[in-house]
Amino acid sequence: MNVELLWWEGCPSTERALTAVREALTDLGLDGVEVRMQEIKDDGDAEETRFVGSPTILIDGVDLVPVAANEQIGLSCRVYRRRDGRVSPIPDPDDLREALRIAAERAEVKR
Amino acid sequence: MSIPIGAEAPDFQLPGADGATWSAFDPGPATPPATVVVFTCNHCPYALAWQDRLADAARDYADRGVRFLAINANDADRYPRDSFDAMKARVAGEDWPMPYLHDSTQEVAHAYGAKVTPDVFVLDSERRLRYRGAPDSDYDDPGQNAQWLREALDAVLGGSEPSRAETKPVGCSIKWKQ
Repeated sequence: MNVELLWWEGCPSTERALTAVREALTDLGLDGVEVRMQEIKDDGDAEETRFVGSPTILIDGVDLVPVAANEQIGLSCRVYRRRDGRVSPIPDPDDLREALRIAAERAEVKR
Repeated sequence: MSIPIGAEAPDFQLPGADGATWSAFDPGPATPPATVVVFTCNHCPYALAWQDRLADAARDYADRGVRFLAINANDADRYPRDSFDAMKARVAGEDWPMPYLHDSTQEVAHAYGAKVTPDVFVLDSERRLRYRGAPDSDYDDPGQNAQWLREALDAVLGGSEPSRAETKPVGCSIKWKQ
């Protein structure tokens, strides 16, 4: 499984997001999975990666939260919704765990 | 660089999403005992997460004459979600207990030394800065209820110095024009 965290320095949520990803991996017994960090430095990087905000978490290349087709690409902080409806700069931990669990099961089936 | 604690804050005149023009220090016949200037925006998750707490504080302190002004200074060319039209649409669709002002030239944000959204400035009746920073210690905990802001307001209204005059504002960087 490939887990990537795309981040931009204009948002202070990177560390918190990385911690959340690592905790979710630990919860699922996937401590060995590396989280690859990719800094988005400028508009060119954002265009190249279709970056819609920091942090963006890709699991096997797929965004943890589906992105609307008209979502603006660029350097900004991403808005997530917790399961209770609150706005947050990082994904809901339950969404994170669920996405990682599904990806892990998919990887297991392929073997 | 931000205005220092104790210094007089700059006045301004800005258009509001309600169609009126607002000044920092043009409150009418009665001088407000405190004025809260919050730099915020439409697209930042930190600003959005703290919005309800700031709105609640505005409602809770309205009876005591405290004036709240929200200002959006982000570059709307690069961030269309922060355009004046988007601000108007947001105010029309939500319950805002404070005017939402557009700092299109970013001069006010520069004058105050605002850095992020949200960035809170509490001014006393003499227009001097008494608190600057975050609304409270955790955007992710609604139970914090803008505690740092409320403590500062209680101190100013009580005629004393806030015990915590400065905290680190946490949020999205203000999107300056390039």
